[in-house]
Amino acid sequence: MFAYDSVILARMLTSMTLVFHIIFATIGAGVPLLICAAEYVGIRKRDPKYVLLARRWTRGYVIIVAVGVVTGTAIGLQLFLLWPTFMQIAGHVIGLPLFMETFAFFFEAIFLGAYIYTWDRFKGRYTHWYLSLPVVIGGGMSAVFITTVNAFMNTPQGFTLDGRTITSVDPIMAMLNPATPSKVFHVLTSSYMTSGAILAAITAFFILKYGNNTYYKKALKLTMIITLIFSIFTAIAGDTSAKFLANYQPEKLAAAEWHFKTEKGADLILFGRLTEDNEIQGAIHLPKLLSFLSFGDFNSEVTGLDKVDADLIPPLWIHYMFDLMVIFGAFGILISMLFIVFMFWKKRDQYNKWLLRAIVVNAPLAMLAIEFGWIFAEVGRQPWILRGYMRVAEGAISSPYVHYVFAAFLILYVLLGTFVTLVLVRLYKKNPIQKEWEMRFPDTLFGGDQK
Amino acid sequence: MSYEILGLSALWFFLFAYLIIASIDFGAGFFAYYALQTKKDHILNRLIARYLSPVWEITNVFFIFFFYGLAFFFPDAGYYFGSAMLIPGSIVLLLIGIRGSFYAFENYGSRKSKLYTFLYGASGLFIPAAIATGLTISEGGFLRHENGSVYLRYKELLTNPFSWAVVFLAVVSVLYISAHFLTYYANKAGDEPARKLLRSYALFWAAPQIIASLTAFIFISRQNPAHYNNMLDLWWMFGLSVLFFLIGIYLVYRESHYGLSFICVMLQFFFALLGYGIGHMPYLLYNEIQVTADATLPAMGTALLIAFAGGLLMLIPSLILVMRMFLFDAEYVKGKK
Ligand code: HDD
Ligand code: HEM
Ligand code: HEM
Repeated sequence: MFAYDSVILARMLTSMTLVFHIIFATIGAGVPLLICAAEYVGIRKRDPKYVLLARRWTRGYVIIVAVGVVTGTAIGLQLFLLWPTFMQIAGHVIGLPLFMETFAFFFEAIFLGAYIYTWDRFKGRYTHWYLSLPVVIGGGMSAVFITTVNAFMNTPQGFTLDGRTITSVDPIMAMLNPATPSKVFHVLTSSYMTSGAILAAITAFFILKYGNNTYYKKALKLTMIITLIFSIFTAIAGDTSAKFLANYQPEKLAAAEWHFKTEKGADLILFGRLTEDNEIQGAIHLPKLLSFLSFGDFNSEVTGLDKVDADLIPPLWIHYMFDLMVIFGAFGILISMLFIVFMFWKKRDQYNKWLLRAIVVNAPLAMLAIEFGWIFAEVGRQPWILRGYMRVAEGAISSPYVHYVFAAFLILYVLLGTFVTLVLVRLYKKNPIQKEWEMRFPDTLFGGDQK
Repeated sequence: MSYEILGLSALWFFLFAYLIIASIDFGAGFFAYYALQTKKDHILNRLIARYLSPVWEITNVFFIFFFYGLAFFFPDAGYYFGSAMLIPGSIVLLLIGIRGSFYAFENYGSRKSKLYTFLYGASGLFIPAAIATGLTISEGGFLRHENGSVYLRYKELLTNPFSWAVVFLAVVSVLYISAHFLTYYANKAGDEPARKLLRSYALFWAAPQIIASLTAFIFISRQNPAHYNNMLDLWWMFGLSVLFFLIGIYLVYRESHYGLSFICVMLQFFFALLGYGIGHMPYLLYNEIQVTADATLPAMGTALLIAFAGGLLMLIPSLILVMRMFLFDAEYVKGKK
């Protein structure tokens, strides 16, 4: 009895930690790219305003990373504490990427330390900027390594199993499993897209609140260009992921699409409701689009849930997760595209109030897309923890204490979440941009006009 | 040498490195709180903040490294410790959460708060105490098998004097190592009042340190005679350890060569941990997990070692670069940068 409860609780605790961690992990992997870009542009154009931008972003970033480190350590240890049986077997295979991930963190942590404490210390114009490169690479590589682990859970390969013992492994083959390319591509691009969207939203918020000036304009232009580029790549990568699912994990795609019957020229279904006997109501049908999304051919055959064992069908509510992710992605492309088009199209004002508001809204939506995407990917793997090899219930700990642990971590995350928000607000309130500007550029008004 | 032994040596080395650098960090937290209580915080805090803020993330990675390494080189050890350590491990995580936020909030963001300094100081003592439970369990006799799962015998753990001796040793060692390092650092920074205060801490914690070590040693003889006998065969290692302890204390007492005295402290722990570790062979967890029999498969072991070598090749130069840039840059230490 309690074995079953502790499985549910272990899943809830794992999910809670991951859902919380992924917020900080996304920013932790993505924002260094924007900091690096801003500093580079600043040095290149000999425009200290961009360098100031990089500097101010870095301060907030350091706080986010601190929480990322804490939650990341939690999930890393919890994998062993909550899923000992799973790790006992999978540990033989996924040890390599997780081990390399620690090196990536190490690398990132070392250079982040060097980066934040050495702003005005070097003579060479580019020397300080070079220090940002290992931070970008370290953050990116940690995302790559951890994603190969998750990919392995979806399409395990590179080992032979005899009963409950692994008899041979090929760790490289396990890392380069079929799910890895599309997942890594999608995770990295969506992280850069979301980081761009967040920094753009902050800038847009300040413009709405305090009025516009050249400093904000520069910041918004840079962040929106990056958001546009990576939201397009995110969509391409999402398409790649869907094609991967169609070939290797058809039950996940079929569950996400409520695709019950294997057929040619399958429709794509948006939203809607399921009745008791799995009739779809009130949904938007896009003819033949699912076939196209799956195989790039409007008439190809897409596997439906009728070909899947009844007890291996993932929960059908992931449909909504998938739809919301795609809609939010489309919103991101639309908004950043509009901004860029208005920038060149002189008749329209890219700083129009409604567009700025949409840019503010885009940031939480992008973060939600990340969360929904992961929930879709993880729940869509059910009932497997290692697809085809081990079910979730076999992997978990059986302990009567998991609910205390769950409660303790819930409190910790609520506190951390509240504190980190307060600290970020206080950090920027205490040292507002206007003040820092006067200190650094005493002969210009805030924003860039001559006094 | 076989890959198990190489892997184990690498892990041992990381444990040692973590012991030293984490102790500095944890102890500093306690001293910061103690100084605040005794109204001496103006002497210490700047020094502590200057040393700690750049390195705490690096310290944390050492910890992750150790438990990842242990569980991946020896997945069965990961299974046993993972199953047994749910509560102590979660406590460590919660405390790390408190510490991590301390750095973010106190150092990068906002004002000083007494409550936070207290939590920061207390967590610095509880984390090593909870981690040390792992060492206690490894002596055997604290686990129970039931329905194919492994459970920790909490009552046994909490009522056994041996586990308390280990906790005591962990906490005292943290304070002792930290006080020595900070004395050296204060001296380097030319911060005379801080150096004086920290030197008195270093001297104060010397006696408890050696008492705690001896107590733990004696209790091992009761808990695990086999391990104890192995350690007696390695008596000269522990002899060296005591010798370096004495030199270190003498140097601090003489108020000279603080750098050398800290090296002696490191050597003291180096030999003690080495003797303890070699004596622990061939078991990782007594009578359950053996080093050779329970290692991961050769292909994985080799891959991990290659990754490890590659990682070190990349990390060591970067670490040296960073150390040169601020930890040991005289100007930075003195607070001019
Ligand atoms: C900003 C975030 C974001 C946005 C806009 C999108 N996605 Fe996504 N998606 C993710 C963030 C994400 C993610 C969080 O990164 C996931 C979770 C697991 C993974 O590999 O990536 C994911 C998973 C994921 C998967 C499952 C992959 C698997 O389980 O192997 C598919 C099929 C798609 N996405 C498809 C799309 C499509 C067609 C999009 C259309 C624009 C899209 N995503 C936008
Ligand atoms: C980083 C973003 C991730 C998020 C937000 C996430 C989210 C989730 C969620 C919501 C569940 C619960 C599924 C359910 O209960 O039905 C889950 C389960 C799980 N995830 Fe992930 N996951 C992420 C990545 C990973 C990665 C990279 C790993 C691999 C190390 C992983 C390992 C697990 C495990 C072991 C479970 C428990 C088994 C299960 O319920 O399927 N997750 N995750
Ligand atoms: C795809 C999902 C994930 C991404 C993109 C990701 C990325 C990151 C990033 C960027 C950090 C901040 C570390 C830093 O900046 O130094 C971090 C921390 C961490 N993550 Fe995640 N993570 C993910 C999921 C996971 C999972 C599932 C685990 C557990 C196996 C994990 C383990 C860790 C650990 C141990 C840390 C702390 C590292 C440190 O102390 O520097 N992460 N992660």
